[in-house]
Amino acid sequence: MAHFSKPAEGSWTEHFGLSTEPANYADSISPEFYALEQEAIFKKTWLNVGRVEQLPKAGSFFTKELDAAKTSVLIVKNRDGELRAFHNMCRHRGNKLVWNDFPKAEVDGTCRQFTCKYHGWRYDLDGKLTFVQQEGEFFDLDKEQFGLAPISIDVWEGFIFVTFNPDPQPLREYMGRMGAGVEGYPFELMTQKHTYRAEIGSNWKLFIDAFMEFYHAPVLHNRQSVSEESRKLAKYGYEALSYDIDGPHAMVSSWGGMSPPADLNMVKPIERTLHSGLFGPWEGPDIGELPPGVNPAKSPAWGIDSFLFFPNFMLLLWKPNWYLTYHYWPTSYHTHIFETTLYFAPPKNAFERLQQELAVVTFKEYGLQDANTLEATQTMLESGAVTEFPLCDQEVMLRHLHTVCRDYVEKHLSNAGAVAAKGV
Amino acid sequence: MSALLPAEFADLEPYAADWCLAAEPDRWAKRLDSTMEEMKAFYDVCFPRAEEAIAYCDKFDLDDLPDDAKNLLHLLFSFALVSYPIEVWNQPLPIDTGSARLDRIREPRL
Ligand code: FES
Ligand SMILES: [Fe+2]
Repeated sequence: MAHFSKPAEGSWTEHFGLSTEPANYADSISPEFYALEQEAIFKKTWLNVGRVEQLPKAGSFFTKELDAAKTSVLIVKNRDGELRAFHNMCRHRGNKLVWNDFPKAEVDGTCRQFTCKYHGWRYDLDGKLTFVQQEGEFFDLDKEQFGLAPISIDVWEGFIFVTFNPDPQPLREYMGRMGAGVEGYPFELMTQKHTYRAEIGSNWKLFIDAFMEFYHAPVLHNRQSVSEESRKLAKYGYEALSYDIDGPHAMVSSWGGMSPPADLNMVKPIERTLHSGLFGPWEGPDIGELPPGVNPAKSPAWGIDSFLFFPNFMLLLWKPNWYLTYHYWPTSYHTHIFETTLYFAPPKNAFERLQQELAVVTFKEYGLQDANTLEATQTMLESGAVTEFPLCDQEVMLRHLHTVCRDYVEKHLSNAGAVAAKGV
Repeated sequence: MSALLPAEFADLEPYAADWCLAAEPDRWAKRLDSTMEEMKAFYDVCFPRAEEAIAYCDKFDLDDLPDDAKNLLHLLFSFALVSYPIEVWNQPLPIDTGSARLDRIREPRL
């Protein structure tokens, strides 16, 4: 039985012109395909690496390990308050420039300049080489020529992005219609941050798949609800309020949240006590009217919007006025690092802090279940025993994601082919 | 040893040394290290006192909590965390999450 209306074509999948044939996951089990994704996607698109609040003053910096683009980047605020991004690499003999103890571990802090641990070359906050140890020993060294290698950086709604594309599309244009639709959301007010991190034994796309469909929710997470409620949810199944696609980006708008619940018996004792749960504190802060791109169906049952800004940045806006981000950072064709940060308005008192804590705790109970299925799926996909997988209409965004990745790779290959054909 | 919690929460004091933990990784480790009986005893004593404990903490500015109120709020964080084994799972770990991890690497401290 349909609870929410679908497009005139009869399905979301057909509405977006996507195939309804079974999908195959060859793009998720192949080292060769991953190597192509690195070139075609992660070295070409804008990548979100953080937020402006992480760089409060001149000299504030952080590093980000980007295995998928085969580099580490250094993001810093210079003396004029502008953001700069560089490959985190010394121009002398290539040592990683900024790290503590463990070269692979990301670091942050504040400094006046960067000094290489190896031979002591120094760089200012604009990446300029300012000091060379025993400079007289070098041969006509022009320090001007040996500044840190810069990377394009830009900010959208307080989110810091970098790209390795030498000729990038402007960031705001890249974020497209859906990005424009959430502009004005008061991200800057939500500075209370909780971050989870996990090393996941699956292709990066499989975790996005899990978070771009809620078809699994009444089943995989069924025990999370009180039993009568859970039976109802399982019988009901899941249907989104709406889906949207704009270029490589996608979103799903979902109902839910029950804040406050119509019947207190529908929720667990701890939720009744703290007035909080998966969807956050029942009474969120007043942030005025939401931007027009949020809850696009304008449904009174709306609970959460999940945006995927291609390739690996998800933004979830929740009805009780808080948000979270997901990032999926590939480390190989079948491993990635998953990070999620939950952002709330600063709590005004102990009760609000405790309500937020319950939401963050609850996220983990769900997130562990989501994460645990991934390695199990990856290993079976790699067995190759079965290669065709039927996807339902509520899994439409999975088809889109995998199609977009294949399109990027194909375009990259045909460009490379054209260059080769020209004999360049 | 001097009490960790305010005097009016003497009934929670036996759980304070174990559960007044400032960091989520420590609270999580404690949950996984505890038996269901231990967590049930803590939950049962905490549950009826939760509202009073919150009201006690709320008498102070959140950024300026006296140590005993801070301990009490940390105890409530642990209470929220053990509610899942008690109310939902019947075991310390969520069902079907044996090989998954999710580490809280950043959290605001009191
Ligand atoms: S590699 Fe950095 S100073 Fe030599
Ligand atoms: Fe899930």
